[in-house]
Amino acid sequence: MRGIYFDHNATTPVDAEVLRAMLPFLSDTYGNASSIHSFGQEARAAVEKAREEVARLVGARPAEIVFTSGGTESDNLAILGIVRGARGERKHVITSAIEHHAVLHTCQALEAEGVEVTYLPVSAAGVIDPAALRNALRAHTVLITVMMANNELGTIQPIEEIGRIAAEADVWLHTDAVQAAGKLPIDVTRLGVDLLSLSGHKLYAPKGVGALYVRSGARLARQSFGGHHERDRRPGTENVPGIVALGRAAELARGHLADEPLRLGALRDRFERGVLDRIGSTRVNGAAAPRVPNTANITFSFVEGESLVIALDLKGLACSTGAACSAGAIEPSHVLTAIGLPPHDAHASLRFSLGRANTADDVDAALALLPPTVAHLRELSPLAPKPVAIP
Amino acid sequence: MSEETIAVAMSGGVDSSTAAALLCASSERVVGLTMQLWNQRRLPQLAPDGPVAHRCCSLDDVYDARRVAEHLGFPFYVVNFERQFEDSVVAPFVSDYLSGRTPLPCARCNTSVKFEDLIRLARQVGARRLATGHYARARRNEQTGRWELLRARDSGKDQSYFLFGLTQSQLAGAEFPLGEMTKPEVRAAARAAGLPIAEKPESQEICFVPSGDYAGFIEAYLAEQGTGAGTSGEIVSSDGRVLGRHRGLHRYTIGQRRGLGLAAGRPLYVVGIDTGSNRLVVGEDAELSSDSCEVREVNWIPWESPAGAVEAEVKIRYRHPSARAVVEPAGPGRARVRFESPQRAITPGQAAVFYQEERVLGGGWIA
Repeated sequence: MRGIYFDHNATTPVDAEVLRAMLPFLSDTYGNASSIHSFGQEARAAVEKAREEVARLVGARPAEIVFTSGGTESDNLAILGIVRGARGERKHVITSAIEHHAVLHTCQALEAEGVEVTYLPVSAAGVIDPAALRNALRAHTVLITVMMANNELGTIQPIEEIGRIAAEADVWLHTDAVQAAGKLPIDVTRLGVDLLSLSGHKLYAPKGVGALYVRSGARLARQSFGGHHERDRRPGTENVPGIVALGRAAELARGHLADEPLRLGALRDRFERGVLDRIGSTRVNGAAAPRVPNTANITFSFVEGESLVIALDLKGLACSTGAACSAGAIEPSHVLTAIGLPPHDAHASLRFSLGRANTADDVDAALALLPPTVAHLRELSPLAPKPVAIP
Repeated sequence: MSEETIAVAMSGGVDSSTAAALLCASSERVVGLTMQLWNQRRLPQLAPDGPVAHRCCSLDDVYDARRVAEHLGFPFYVVNFERQFEDSVVAPFVSDYLSGRTPLPCARCNTSVKFEDLIRLARQVGARRLATGHYARARRNEQTGRWELLRARDSGKDQSYFLFGLTQSQLAGAEFPLGEMTKPEVRAAARAAGLPIAEKPESQEICFVPSGDYAGFIEAYLAEQGTGAGTSGEIVSSDGRVLGRHRGLHRYTIGQRRGLGLAAGRPLYVVGIDTGSNRLVVGEDAELSSDSCEVREVNWIPWESPAGAVEAEVKIRYRHPSARAVVEPAGPGRARVRFESPQRAITPGQAAVFYQEERVLGGGWIA
């Protein structure tokens, strides 16, 4: 039994066409893209073609795309590279309280180096306030880093507005677009972003490859040392199969943008409506904000989220209690805490994230599983109010 | 899915892994659960220089449990009970030491976490019962309708002492697949099942205290909480003469002889821990003996409570032969144990567990 997979924000399967595109580069076409000979030239050509496709997905020029090992490295390189490369004694960074740990923990590492960091709060709907961001600017602010779409809630941040503020203040703007790519149209020029992170495995390419868009002219200090790959921005022999896969995945994502988000949005809405109609004391988090179309974050009051995820998995429905990386951590999700959920509600919240292979049948099957499972958990929950007999 | 689902608490060790293998062989639907109880990134001053290994919740043990589940082919999950474990086990452990008692965290964990939070989670995810790798037996007495707890067949491995606090509903949900087996039989079963951990050495320590340094743990924990551990004070004889200095009362236990730093010319033992005056009382071996003790939070197993005084064999430490005694109920949750002959080093904070032959009648905490 393979079950139903509703955890595409954690990772996606590799698309069959992506797999077909990358396979030759694991066997016949094995050259090192830096080599002079024909073997190397074949690999180089494939890498550059992929660069064009990735650039096209975000409206950039190919020379502005740096291939990395994934979203985490892209975030690290963008933030550390810009801040450490900036001149001046005092440096200040603005970010939000709901960033991925790849951003938050990088900012914390910078704080240990003496960099000042402002963590902007978000509204109950899960969106930062551009006016608050403007107020947080200081004379020595060097970087704003705000995600495009939140991984747990799916809420979309007002990047275009933030882009205008950053441009006026002459501050670099980075956005982690790992959860937005393929779900929203992205145009770095229109958004006014200078750096943008992408991850392969959230986009139907394999794990272990990602990209960072770096606007030409941005001063990015090197964060690892070796050869002159990726125009001196990221040393190391290119992961040719992974890069080819990311290129093909970007091309496919661009092709799907016209219809797939609409289809996913309709499925997600059907799922959310179904849950709210069939199960009492439930609530959709982030619903008041614009969201990417595939993500539903739902609080099932009086339920222990960890138990619900396990119970659903045993019945064949895969979902998560928030960011996969925070599973096993004792703290409730920092994102749900930031939107004001008390700990017991944060622990009672599950994320369902739909993807390309999901159908209306999957949604209906999930809707059939959920009510009895939640009811059973509530019966055994020490948190639930016991039913009162009406005389 | 007509067959019954049973959950197994898996530590990554031989016993719980073999318990899982035996259940699989009896064709029950098995779900493996490993409790994440303590964050090893806390109290970094206690970490050895090398990578953390062979401790509870070390990544190695979780990895071993996961490998066993994969080998046997059943679903496996790591579940986080750090908060419950700290509240129910770690904090009382520390406060017991600070109050001059010598706690028994494994028994607390069984009653308050493993057979409470974990068994609830097991039921929530669809299991009827929770199996563990304990050496003990449980059975329902058809005449009384009550669940009974029995010593393990292998008396050398018997762990019923740590389970005395289980209530009727906890026992009803418990399964001890190793109760009829000896340790060599368990090892053999582990090998026969091809378990990747069949040759893993036994762990003996308190799981959250690395390298057995419980005093270091208490000091580090209190420092993290922003309070200090007890400070140095006087060591006195039972007639009040000052004999030396102690290094904080949490470093001592009743009956302890080594590490007192006294040169008295005759063996001296800790006979009392007076937290009120921060004094450690030492005396001769004879002063350690007592023929009775008071027991609190008493849990009775074959009955809600006994009709009157009960003759029993009473164990006052895990590694201690049981001694004949009379247990007299003394009000709700209390009892007085009168031993036939005086017992040495009856230690507050340890459990007194009452047996009649192979049956566990109950037990409680020594006051």
